[in-house]
Amino acid sequence: MWIPSLLQSLTDGVDKVVVSGATVGEIIDHLEARFPGVKDRLVQGGEIRPHIAVAIDGDVSPEGLEQDVQESSEIHFIPALSGGR
Amino acid sequence: MAETTTYKVIGTRPIRHDGVDKVTGRAIYGADVQMAGLLHGKVLRSPHAHARIRSIDVSRALALPGVKAVMTGADLPPAEDRIINLGEGAVNLKYLSNNILAGDKVLYKGHPVVAVAATSPHLAEEALALIHVDYEVLPPVLDVREAMQDSAPLLHENLKTKSLGQETDKVSNVATHTQFKLGDVEKGFQEADVVIEREFTTATVHQGYIEPHNATAMWNPDGQLTIWESTQGAFTVQRQLAPVLGIAVAQIRVIPAEIGGGFGGKINLYLEPIAAVLSQKTGHPVKVLMNRAEVFESTGPTPGSYIRVKMGATKDGRVTAAQAYMAYEAGGYPGSPIGAGMMCIFSPYDIPNVLIDGFDVVVNKPKTAPYRAPGATNAAFASETVVDELCEKLGLDPLQFRLRNAAKEGTRRPDGPTHPRIGYLETVQAALDSDHYRTPLEGPNVGRGVASGYWFNVGLQSSVSINVNADGSVTLVEGSTDIGGTRASIAMQAAEVLGLKAEEVRPIVADTASVGYNDVTGGSRTTFASGYAAIEAAQDVVRQMTERAARIWKVEPPDVTFADGVFHHNNEADQRLTFQEVAAQLGRTGGPVTGRATVAPRGVGGAFATHIVDLQVDPETGKVTVLRYTAVQDVGKAIHPSYVEGQMQGGAVQGIGWALNEEYFYNNTGAMANASFLDYRMPTSLDLPMIDTILVEVPNPGHPFGVRGVGEVPIVPPVAAIANAIYRATGVRLRHSPMSPGRVMTEVLAKG
Repeated sequence: MWIPSLLQSLTDGVDKVVVSGATVGEIIDHLEARFPGVKDRLVQGGEIRPHIAVAIDGDVSPEGLEQDVQESSEIHFIPALSGGR
Repeated sequence: MAETTTYKVIGTRPIRHDGVDKVTGRAIYGADVQMAGLLHGKVLRSPHAHARIRSIDVSRALALPGVKAVMTGADLPPAEDRIINLGEGAVNLKYLSNNILAGDKVLYKGHPVVAVAATSPHLAEEALALIHVDYEVLPPVLDVREAMQDSAPLLHENLKTKSLGQETDKVSNVATHTQFKLGDVEKGFQEADVVIEREFTTATVHQGYIEPHNATAMWNPDGQLTIWESTQGAFTVQRQLAPVLGIAVAQIRVIPAEIGGGFGGKINLYLEPIAAVLSQKTGHPVKVLMNRAEVFESTGPTPGSYIRVKMGATKDGRVTAAQAYMAYEAGGYPGSPIGAGMMCIFSPYDIPNVLIDGFDVVVNKPKTAPYRAPGATNAAFASETVVDELCEKLGLDPLQFRLRNAAKEGTRRPDGPTHPRIGYLETVQAALDSDHYRTPLEGPNVGRGVASGYWFNVGLQSSVSINVNADGSVTLVEGSTDIGGTRASIAMQAAEVLGLKAEEVRPIVADTASVGYNDVTGGSRTTFASGYAAIEAAQDVVRQMTERAARIWKVEPPDVTFADGVFHHNNEADQRLTFQEVAAQLGRTGGPVTGRATVAPRGVGGAFATHIVDLQVDPETGKVTVLRYTAVQDVGKAIHPSYVEGQMQGGAVQGIGWALNEEYFYNNTGAMANASFLDYRMPTSLDLPMIDTILVEVPNPGHPFGVRGVGEVPIVPPVAAIANAIYRATGVRLRHSPMSPGRVMTEVLAKG
């Protein structure tokens, strides 16, 4: 998982970590255990925060925390596009 | 499939299915809607760019004979300060509602304040003149950098800067700060032999669609609301309207009319809730139309922006680092396309060290709306001009420089993910090989410029159903507004699967009650995603029709093969049934056949374009004349090449207008001084040469036929390409868009 630069103050400057988990939600939970505070920055009310999108291997997922991930998946958090295009 | 198959329909140029209606004037647009008892709505808009509303007196308007209802923001359900997810993006419900009719403040000149329904549009206008609004006028802030100052007037009392889930303590006009980082940008600049840092500004620009916004609403006593209108997304209107009006999605039916252009500007709600509430109040259908000034002053333009770009490269032409500071004007409410701009600014290049900071800033201008690759044109103007300057300093051909640094499959984008199979290199090579680039440009005051651009495209959700008719023709029911020929491009994909001619697939754009959910026509997604749904729906038809053929032959479906529109009996070579012959027997073999598909496809594949422009600058007036223009683009697979070329030409022309003339002129009170097409100067066919196109086809592996979205990326390179050409013609680098004659002359004279 690639840590957004604005969260790297919570990860001691680490910009990518290997995290286990079958879903995006599990991965964030495991990340939180390692770097407390990260989950609150990414999740609100049981969902990925508004204005943040999760991309799995380059594809933005509409499934959010429920999105399945593969063992070798790359996960990124990028700006969600608001207001349509 | 895409690289090896020879297609029968895809890649051909059939006449569009809706062509006759369009050229004979029979197509029904939103303003054409008529019905018995129709009332007409008009909107009173703020004369001030920033003011607090002390009171509103509508009594004299209500007393005018023929006036049936008046509404203010108070007639909309109380809007909560909460985020609602619209599938294709999130919006703040309070901001959405307050932009339709102001709450306690107006935030731009043209902000709607009161609406009236009357028996004629003229009476409604007369009633507006009788309404008194008492304003406490506040100082406006119109420029993004001024709005970011601590001393700037504040638009919102509770707006604090969000930074990836964290909020500052201080109230500000800066709604968000976003950052992308790759590698170590300082180390990258140290490794560079040449470093260039420049500042750029762009003016507010409108999409300039010909058809103004419109909406007609009928709110039945049973609570069912029907909306007729021109929109890029009927379902998106439905999903926005439900929380704004406080009713269920199922109570709303949106019937899309033909659309006279949108380019991203016909996604947001403007008139629909007003028409709906006025209808509810009066019991009559209510139609509300905008005039051109209202379109300019009250709908969403694309943001003005300030961008600072720094790039470094080695002597042999390798980019080592790139940095950008980007601040976009959101208008009165947060939500500029800053994120998209950040995703595009350096993505054509393989750069190991990148730092991008982006800011979404509210100012006293209309709330911005998407405009064709929103945010990317501003960004490319800055980055592609700096790239050109790097090339000049290093003595390198700008296209060769791009070949050396081009992003390709596996290159990591600054926002994190890697590029899938893309065709950027191929567009640069095609530009290098083009007759245009190989032909020397001669003459006084002439210059040639090149620039590239990236747009990531989106997929989102689409639904299609296909009904088989008794004569073997089919009706394709889709929910994607047809802005640029997508009826044809979607129908052609189904025809290819079904072995039919394009003309034998009749596409219709259905309303929200008649087809499954579809996201907006936007993000260059429709031919990709709705086409994907059409392919799967057609495959569903083939599966069902194969079962019918098997039933006719009294065999199992696996004993039947379908190819080129004909069903073959696998065990008896002389047994064959055409699609039409099976269709004729549907009634006897189990009843009607309808194929269906709903999709949310991934693998959208990014789009790249490289443009070349030759121009001449009049040394006495500063007027720029475009002499020759070539747009090169990786289009994946062109389903209907004419419409792909049309998208490329249209995007290029809009970009040229953006580069040379188009801008909102504001006076110091925040009033737009040129809210008409007479004064807001868009290019016409008399201003421009033919836009030549070169279609590069690098199939997108994420689509069965290799489709990539094509509609947006052609507007990304033109502003930078023209700035680079003006430099070649005059020796002056212009870093403000538009590069209108006055600005060109000012810079040329300053150079001496």
